[in-house]
Amino acid sequence: MPFLEIRNLEKKFGNVDVLKGIDLAIEEGGFLVLVGPSGCGKSTLLNTIAGLETITKGEIHINGRKVNDLHPSERDIAMVFQSYALYPNMTVAQNIAFGMEIKGVPKPERDKAVNDVSETLQIKHLLDRKPSQLSGGQRQRVAMGRALVRRPLVFLFDEPLSNLDAKLRVDMRTEIKRLHQSMKTTIVYVTHDQIEAMTLASRIAVLKDGILQQFGTPAEIYNHPANMFVADFMGSPAMNLIPVSVERSGQSVRLSMPQRSGDPLTLALPDSAGKIAGHAGGNVIFGIRPEALTDPDGADRGSAGVVLSECQIEVVEPAGSDTFAVTHLGGKQVVARLRADARVAAGSRMKLAFNLDKAVFFDPGTQLRIA
Amino acid sequence: MSAPSPEIAVKTRSLTRILIYAALIVFAVYYLLPLYVMLVNSLKPLDEIRQGDMLSLPQQFTLDPWFSAWSTAQIGVQPTGLKPYFLNSILMVVPAVAASTLLGALNGYVLTKWRFPGDNLVFTLMLLSCFIPFQIVLIPMAKVLGLLNLAGTTWGLALVHAVYGIGFTTLFFRNYYEAFPTELVRAAMIDGASFFQIFRRILLPSSGPIIVVTVIWQFTNIWNDFLFGVSFADVNSLPMTVALNNLVSSSTGVKEYNVHFAGAILAALPTLIVYVVSGRYFVRGLMAGAVKG
Ligand SMILES: Nc1ncnc2c1ncn2[C@@H]1O[C@H](COP(=O)(O)OP(=O)(O)OP(=O)(O)O)[C@@H](O)[C@H]1O
Ligand SMILES: [Mg+2]
Repeated sequence: MPFLEIRNLEKKFGNVDVLKGIDLAIEEGGFLVLVGPSGCGKSTLLNTIAGLETITKGEIHINGRKVNDLHPSERDIAMVFQSYALYPNMTVAQNIAFGMEIKGVPKPERDKAVNDVSETLQIKHLLDRKPSQLSGGQRQRVAMGRALVRRPLVFLFDEPLSNLDAKLRVDMRTEIKRLHQSMKTTIVYVTHDQIEAMTLASRIAVLKDGILQQFGTPAEIYNHPANMFVADFMGSPAMNLIPVSVERSGQSVRLSMPQRSGDPLTLALPDSAGKIAGHAGGNVIFGIRPEALTDPDGADRGSAGVVLSECQIEVVEPAGSDTFAVTHLGGKQVVARLRADARVAAGSRMKLAFNLDKAVFFDPGTQLRIA
Repeated sequence: MSAPSPEIAVKTRSLTRILIYAALIVFAVYYLLPLYVMLVNSLKPLDEIRQGDMLSLPQQFTLDPWFSAWSTAQIGVQPTGLKPYFLNSILMVVPAVAASTLLGALNGYVLTKWRFPGDNLVFTLMLLSCFIPFQIVLIPMAKVLGLLNLAGTTWGLALVHAVYGIGFTTLFFRNYYEAFPTELVRAAMIDGASFFQIFRRILLPSSGPIIVVTVIWQFTNIWNDFLFGVSFADVNSLPMTVALNNLVSSSTGVKEYNVHFAGAILAALPTLIVYVVSGRYFVRGLMAGAVKG
């Protein structure tokens, strides 16, 4: 039985539908990441779980208990806010202990709990400071301390790292992951950063305009996106989505896509990609991630679906660990991810290796994945 | 045409500066002159004032007019000085300011952090109450005070001022709390704090500047009020302002200008003190509201 379950959840603000029937479930100890573009309803969904927003329709269950009508303090959750929301007039220690103080926990017990938590988070030396005397990273830790000390059934995080600088964000991300591994408490985590989503999640829910686009493990989301939106949203650089026509010649099926000059580029599909055969004579969207489109030496030798084809390289972008090469296929910019030391020059033609085992196909009309 | 040389530029600049300072000094003198006249003449015996020079410093320095104004001067028919009326004003101002400030803060809290359908309508109505002239409420208010059995008492007067001030205090606090992060309230809700606990433990401790603004505003308005005082107080509950008027206008025989001046300064003293003590916060609080709101 799932630990946190959301059934057919709807939320309206006035006449505006913000959440349109969300179904989610996560097992105990799971790490659920809600991801999506700005304004898609992630925070609203999290707030309904916390009880900070009422729901229009549907049910929320935590640990087998329906919490729809419970006050936030009775739901056994703790929340870390994007702005940290530390009480400005209290010291760090008072901030962490506030919930216990309200509950009437005796002082010695409170002090011990604060002490334990501040040890875990290495903020002991900050206990007597006010929030205004802390750096962003320290505030972040204190906010987590305030959540940890409650020992909740579910942690809720609303973009907790988005106010930190890039380096600190990566450190804190690792730290959150480590904390989760040691505590094994269920977490729901909102972010619009798909890398955070991929690295942290045991399950990812991708939202757009209040509709759940896909719900699955990071690998499922990444390798088998349910539609073009998910394919485009997850991964950086984004998946190449190339309009192609499907042609049959004898036994084999090929993809054909116009180039900027010369003949159209054609790729013969190996048997493994034959699911697309039913669309022969029509058009589909051919999705291939940059890392499945490489220089021939960098291609995956274990894969049978690698097809070589010569392309015109228009731009080369060295990025240290990799070199990105931009070509033009089917009227779209297409990014290939080459090894850092691959020999490539802008304006030249070079052979690229398409790993068609990793390719996905979408219906251009419905935008849904067909293979 | 040649560009003006640097020396000329410097000269014109210092000339403008001199002009600005001169203008400022003229204005300062203009505004301070009445205070000066009052102060100097309150320290002279009456004979010296009669000699005609209001602007000269006292030749014969005396504090008698002050003692007289405070404790022995004739107010109406009683030779009590202003002392009892000063106390009346204090007893009226303190509860009225406290109640209206507290209620304004509560209103602002509810109107921004516990939104309910129609909250904006309620706020608009409260705003409207800021624009109602005193005169309009006189008769209904007298009726209500009568019903409450508070007519002619200091408590009744305090009630009138508290009620009349709530519109303003609500406006102040609502605009201030509008900029107060709602996430803090939400965090406190998750921590299990109740409606009043959130107010007292989270919002109030961060409300210093706006409390100062509200207190100054309410204190000066209520202290300086004349109309409500003259309308609703009886002889024993008259506030300072009305008593001062009685002192100045009712003294029979010679007009004791020195006593009048001393009395007027006594009447203005509390507001003056409030400004000097917290004026800095007043400006800061107004600015904070202006920038954030
Ligand atoms: N109190 C409210 N009243 C009316 N509309 C609201 C309210 N709160 C949010 N919305 C709307 O609901 C939608 C979803 O908002 P939400 O804050 O959940 O987005 P989000 O996914 O968290 O975005 P972001 O990544 O920018 O934080 C937005 O279009 C927003 O305008
Ligand atoms: Mg959000």
